[in-house]
Amino acid sequence: MTVTEETTTSGPGYKWVGTRPIRPDGLDKVTGKARFGADLALPGMLEGAVLRSPHAHARIVSIDTRAAAAMPGVKAIVTGADFPDPAELGGRPDEEMVAANIIARDKVLYEGHVVAAVAATSRKQAQRAAAAIEVEYQPLEHVLTVDEAMADDAPLLHPDLKTRGMDPAPEEPSNIASRISHERGDLDKGFAEADLVVERTFTTKPVHQGYIEPHAAVADAGENGRATIWCSSQGHFAMRTMTATVLGWEPSKLKVIPAEIGGGFGGKTVIYLEPLAVALSAKSGRPVRLVMDRDEVFRASGPTSGTKIRVKVGVTNDGQLTAAEAWMAYEAGAYPGSPVGAGGMTILAPYDIPNFSVEGFDVVVNKPKVAAYRAPGAPMAAFALESVLDELAAGIGMDPVELRLRNAAVEGTQASYGPKFPRIGFVETLEAIRDHDHYRAPLGPNQGRGVASGFWFNAGMNSSATVHVNEDGTMTVVVGTPDIGGSRASMGLMAAEEMGIDVAKIQSIVADTETVGFNDVTGGSRVTLATGAAVVEACRSIKADLRARAAKTWDCDIEEVEWVDGQAQHAGGGETPLSLQALARKSGRTGGPISATASLNARGVGAAFSTQVCDVEVDPETGEVTILRFTTAQDAGTAIHPSYVEGQMQGGVVQGIGWALNEEYIHDRDGRMENPGFLDYRIPVASDLPMIDTVVVEVPNPAHPYGVRGVGEVGIVPPLAAVANAIAAATGCRLVDLPMSPPRVLAAITGKADG
Amino acid sequence: MDYLSPVSVEEATTMLSQTPDARVFAGATDVIPQLRAGRPEPQALVDLKGIERLMALSQSDGSWTIGAAVPTVRLTESAELRAEFPGLVEAVGLIGSDQIQSRCSLGGNLCNASPAADSVPAMIVNGMRAVVASGSGTRTVPVADIVTGPGSTSLAQGEFVVEFELDRPPANTGDAYLRMTPRTEMDIAIVGASARLTLDDGVCTAATIALGAVAPTAVRVPDAEAALVGRPIDDEALAAVAAAASEACNPIDDKRGTIAYRRQVAGVLARRAVATAAERASGRETGEHRDGASQ
Repeated sequence: MTVTEETTTSGPGYKWVGTRPIRPDGLDKVTGKARFGADLALPGMLEGAVLRSPHAHARIVSIDTRAAAAMPGVKAIVTGADFPDPAELGGRPDEEMVAANIIARDKVLYEGHVVAAVAATSRKQAQRAAAAIEVEYQPLEHVLTVDEAMADDAPLLHPDLKTRGMDPAPEEPSNIASRISHERGDLDKGFAEADLVVERTFTTKPVHQGYIEPHAAVADAGENGRATIWCSSQGHFAMRTMTATVLGWEPSKLKVIPAEIGGGFGGKTVIYLEPLAVALSAKSGRPVRLVMDRDEVFRASGPTSGTKIRVKVGVTNDGQLTAAEAWMAYEAGAYPGSPVGAGGMTILAPYDIPNFSVEGFDVVVNKPKVAAYRAPGAPMAAFALESVLDELAAGIGMDPVELRLRNAAVEGTQASYGPKFPRIGFVETLEAIRDHDHYRAPLGPNQGRGVASGFWFNAGMNSSATVHVNEDGTMTVVVGTPDIGGSRASMGLMAAEEMGIDVAKIQSIVADTETVGFNDVTGGSRVTLATGAAVVEACRSIKADLRARAAKTWDCDIEEVEWVDGQAQHAGGGETPLSLQALARKSGRTGGPISATASLNARGVGAAFSTQVCDVEVDPETGEVTILRFTTAQDAGTAIHPSYVEGQMQGGVVQGIGWALNEEYIHDRDGRMENPGFLDYRIPVASDLPMIDTVVVEVPNPAHPYGVRGVGEVGIVPPLAAVANAIAAATGCRLVDLPMSPPRVLAAITGKADG
Repeated sequence: MDYLSPVSVEEATTMLSQTPDARVFAGATDVIPQLRAGRPEPQALVDLKGIERLMALSQSDGSWTIGAAVPTVRLTESAELRAEFPGLVEAVGLIGSDQIQSRCSLGGNLCNASPAADSVPAMIVNGMRAVVASGSGTRTVPVADIVTGPGSTSLAQGEFVVEFELDRPPANTGDAYLRMTPRTEMDIAIVGASARLTLDDGVCTAATIALGAVAPTAVRVPDAEAALVGRPIDDEALAAVAAAASEACNPIDDKRGTIAYRRQVAGVLARRAVATAAERASGRETGEHRDGASQ
């Protein structure tokens, strides 16, 4: 097989950063050799199956496992009684919630909530035994939306849940877990100064991350009170911590080995199967594998919130935003923890608005507990705000990019959520779209163009990396953040740049929880920034070590040794340079193996902004929306590997288009999901989309050695509104409810004609 | 669950008579997902793809014979079939993906008895007949008479479709199939519409129109056909087709679409399918025919 390397010129002053080598994990993935979560098989391994609640809300009266346990091949069955009572774990309330979500005890809170798990000698036997477990339920009234859950007489999911963030604190329990708020200035004065005020209420449905690989875990519990877990996740250290909490174990008793991961988008930062697999393994004495079916992924793993958001914004005739008010309610699923906090912090973040008030509510409903999904909480918020901005721009006759430019946050702006922005690239993304030929391209009949922008914080958090110099002069970079988006390639490029050696001489690997220092999850668009900084720091230690060894060899001062182009050079030029390979070969005589570790808590996270333009054509007789053209401009700080930056930008846009047009959880009256498969949960297919054009804007993050900003998430923030604004331009109809599926679009068009 | 693989029609009918709780399959592109979704397992699955006659595709002077288990990719790749029945080929070309089309068949798409099956309206408007085998020999039945409701057919226990007969079209005839799906592919029709027209000097002499996904079975639209025969295909005739098609719907509200939406779009697609069929019948096709409802 011939592999052609893509090569392009590198970034300013860089030799490797900014080039596009093929990703080191690519070949194994396209040939099927890579091992994902479900691919591991161990000698004697049992297969598991999970029994899930058919009810959206019910009391568990009794569970009888006797008949199931007597079936052939059945080796272990666990129920909630086999786990520590979450309330007695002594942990934080959110840990109790994680534990309660893993397996129900007295109540099931959503269709798909785990009631029991079985391990047997085949998957079929395990499934049959699970079906033979007799559970008596007492069904309870359920709530599916924030409106139902917030109603005065709503049935309660958690009898002790009292709203946090209220002053005074409520005495009665409710389904509202918490209230958040941000305020600045004088709202009444701000609206009084406006020449035009638009107020709208928007709704969005829960949508799933839609990763192609279902959750899977293999566990092998030993006699020594320890266990090993192989699983596909966005962070095996987090899996270890959470699994240990649910089991009531010390984290160090668990070793978690990361499998390759087939997509996560935030949804694999949490545990589902791991504690069940460990408990079944401990009980049976054999390794146990648990793999979800797709319908289990939909019914029981986290989608993101359905929301209801009311936004009111005022603008003067010359385009100054004077005031903004937002009321936001996010479904949390069965346990508190919706991303309404992030929604409230991001909704106004791109803009400098003097007077505002944001109020948000985290609301429990009888649906699966939500999990993180790419810029959690921000896309729905931006859908609402950016739709209203579009109407305001049209209302005052101003170009929508110009309106955003006039109000854009810049370096020094006090962000709506608190801190002052350091150097950011929002204006640059707006200018990139304004100046793009797409923005001026002609449109035909039934076609329309929409723009929207978005903000995401990005994260830093904890990373560790170890770098080894091998005896042949190559290097191994050991990280503990799973590679979802090409991070092994990016780590290699930054190490190559630091060391001045060919990127092909660097092997990046993702190591288990006992082989590398602690790492937080691959999430928050943080890995290239934080793990990258750790790799750079470790490489710098290695370089200092190499210079010291060269100085020792040459019997000179270390200050006389420079590291240039992958070799030690004597400043005076009096010595033959020593290559990395030469130094590696004689490391045994200069102080032993060459290796360095860096562990850090990354600071100076660079915020990300994206501006996007979308052209649609709407069939006025069927309501069908065709995406004709889509361009996204995003500030990447520095694009370490531009192909994967573009890939992240395109991926976010595509997921946002799916969210905008067709994706939604559909529930029947009993609270059961009606579309738990990819046939009726409509993620876009390739033929639904044009090539997503990318403009990589590079405003370097001054706090990172290579200027990196996270790029993984912000791309999904603007598309919902960009598509809605384009549909409004094409049809004259402002759609405020997602998804904008053909029946909804046609109803809007027909309604307008009738009106 | 046993897997049986007969090599002749007779062997298959014998197996089916010996195992009453057996289920035949061709491509298994519906059977396997249904079993995985928890549908009860039959005692045996009978694979019909080993029978040569069910895998044969042939033409004679007067007609085509299409084996019931012929993978539809062989239909979409047949230039002759596409030239004579572009609408039928369009319909089968919309089923599933390339991978699915290398397995799925007209026999399976019909006998799975989904109201939304893409090939069925196209088979009906082209007057296709099914040759049905059982232990007592074969009988020939119009395709329109096979499906009786969602998941149910008029086939008796032990009967299966061997092949389809398709008469070659008269001169100046054209057919078309359009469907509405929210996605461009890998989707199930919310509405499907097939039309076949024969023209004589611009005047319609024969018309058949059938809709899918808007009633328990695919339905003919006699009022729309009557509105066309004896007339030129003008805006007034097309408006009458749309009205009659909307009226002929007996749809349900479900996760895929509402009653109101299906009624309205059935009229739109029937009108567009008739217009395209008329262009093809008159030899004026512009080559800009649209796949599905989208442009």
